[in-house]
Amino acid sequence: MSTTTPTAPAARAATPDTLRAARLPRWANPLLALGSVAAAVGIGLGAGLHSRVQWGLIAALLFVVGAYVLASVVEGKRQAKDRFATSMVWVTFLLAVIPLASLIWETVERGSKVFSPYFLSHSMGVVADKDPGGGINHAIVGTLQQVALASLIAVPIGLLTAIYLVEYGRGKLAKAVTFFVDVMTGIPSIVAGLFVLSFWILILGFDFSGWAGAMALSILMMPVVVRSTEEMLKLVPNELREASLALGVPKWRTILKVVLPTAIGGITTGVMLAVARIAGETAPVLLLVWVNPFINNNPFEGAQGSLPLYIYQQYAAGSEASYDRAWAAALTLIGFIMILNLAARGIARWKAPKSGR
Amino acid sequence: MDISTKTATAPPPPPATTEKKRATSGATRPGDRIFLGLSRGSGIVLLVIMAAIAAFLTYRAALALSDNTGNFLTTFEWDATAVPPKFGIAVLAFGTVVSSIIALVIAVPVAVGIALFISHYAPRKLASPIAYVIDLLAAVPSIVYGLWGAIVVAPNLTGLYSWLDTTLGWTGVFEYQGGAPRSLMTVGILLAIMILPIITNVSREVFLQAPKMHEEAALALGATRWEVIRMSVLPFGRSGIISASMLGLGRALGETIAVATVLSPNFLIGASLLDPGGGTFAQNIASKFNEASEYGRDALIASGLVLFLITLLVNGAARMIIARRKEYSGANA
Repeated sequence: MSTTTPTAPAARAATPDTLRAARLPRWANPLLALGSVAAAVGIGLGAGLHSRVQWGLIAALLFVVGAYVLASVVEGKRQAKDRFATSMVWVTFLLAVIPLASLIWETVERGSKVFSPYFLSHSMGVVADKDPGGGINHAIVGTLQQVALASLIAVPIGLLTAIYLVEYGRGKLAKAVTFFVDVMTGIPSIVAGLFVLSFWILILGFDFSGWAGAMALSILMMPVVVRSTEEMLKLVPNELREASLALGVPKWRTILKVVLPTAIGGITTGVMLAVARIAGETAPVLLLVWVNPFINNNPFEGAQGSLPLYIYQQYAAGSEASYDRAWAAALTLIGFIMILNLAARGIARWKAPKSGR
Repeated sequence: MDISTKTATAPPPPPATTEKKRATSGATRPGDRIFLGLSRGSGIVLLVIMAAIAAFLTYRAALALSDNTGNFLTTFEWDATAVPPKFGIAVLAFGTVVSSIIALVIAVPVAVGIALFISHYAPRKLASPIAYVIDLLAAVPSIVYGLWGAIVVAPNLTGLYSWLDTTLGWTGVFEYQGGAPRSLMTVGILLAIMILPIITNVSREVFLQAPKMHEEAALALGATRWEVIRMSVLPFGRSGIISASMLGLGRALGETIAVATVLSPNFLIGASLLDPGGGTFAQNIASKFNEASEYGRDALIASGLVLFLITLLVNGAARMIIARRKEYSGANA
């Protein structure tokens, strides 16, 4: 080594290092980002553009173009294309975050105006839609009951179907069930509502009720439960099943005592996510539950309230006070769903089947 | 479902061979027979429900169609409560297809970008929180999207629409006469946001399955990251992107309340996408339902049947593409 060191710097100085292509320094990107944001603010102020969205768009455009030009000058065309793709991918991600952030921000800001314990504990029974006051107690009662009833129908059927598909399913029936579960996931919620409407209300002649809504919701919930349970059951190691069967335990007891307990965390998560999904469904409720501003504790008789429906109806009422109530109800609904989501994910992490060895 | 993706990379137990082994044992005990019966029964219940949906909707739709004095496919009216009822789905079909296509055109490139971001670009530690953020978009109920779209988004679009009108107004498609932009375009933008998560999630799953060997081979030949993606990830994931888009399309076609909240409907087919008007199947059902007589409800059910068949076709096709890809893909072996 010592003999080569004196010559090395000289050689490097004489001919440029051909094995390493020129690269932009690491600080080039942040600097460019900062520069384009500053330029965008300058242009925005100069041209008198009020919308911050336009400022953001100009900044993004400047950055993407700047990165491309800079890279093609320093690093060559292929690297420039690569940088262009990278910045486009980042831009798409930011594009997706903006609506989510805006939606949550607006809901929290506008919803907190009338959100209070009073709002949660009172109904709209004696309050006209254009007047301030009133609350969502009737809607919360309705939604909770409808979702609970829907889960009572959908969870057992969904669980058993998933068990059938994973533990027993072979042949044509299993294939058909798998395919139709997938297709069922895509059924528009309004179609499920129309189905229950046609057979329960129009043909059998029953009245609008929370129960009718729950039946439609359960149709939407079943495929979700089946799919997630199936995924979880597939994760249970076969060694566990074999060990249990080798000890002479009947298959059904193996499933109940070994397979299900192993997967219970994931299954709970799936069920909670399914509940979160149907709690926000409006269309079937709109067709089947009707609207009732009073608290109705009996889901089997008469129209009920429902949170999503309440939001729709208060929005349609179109007064300042009803908009406030709609936003507050939206905040409640989003809060409920987000809490379910977070809890579900917490359980998933906590009870995840240990696949490591 | 980040658990499933994590564990799916570990070698999964081969189910097919052990299934056969287990099939020879048991199944004679009464408990086993009852349990098998119950679980097979629930599977059959699911199939029966699907069949019942088709049957009942067809039955009620047939009742409505037999009295219809208009042409169900071409009439530009919806007077189902009038005494000789006259209704047709032309406007609804147009609006549904147009708004869904707008949604797809916006959502697919963005969703593919995000999927690539999560699978190949984001720092590894950030990838799963980002996937979670995208899942949050899916968790927001459609009525909240509708409220947000009508009160927050629509008023902010007037600027964009006037600009489109001055630059592209001569095409007719982007003509905009001012006023609240509760148009098919606004609906399309909102739908794009709503179907973003499902397209992202399905394409991300596919991108993650792209054979690592191909990527590493490309890298070893000196390809840049973009070239790796273009040469080995995207060709592998093409069918996945197609089926993901079709699943998104299925969602967009059937979306009800968000559309009903944002759109200000009428029964005309206008050339302009930016001016209010038009309608979709689901939106029409939701907005006409309250004032409909029993016959009017049957007419709405008839339009719902069309929607059901369309979504059935789209979703079925998407699932078939996914299933076929699974069979020949080497990554799952």
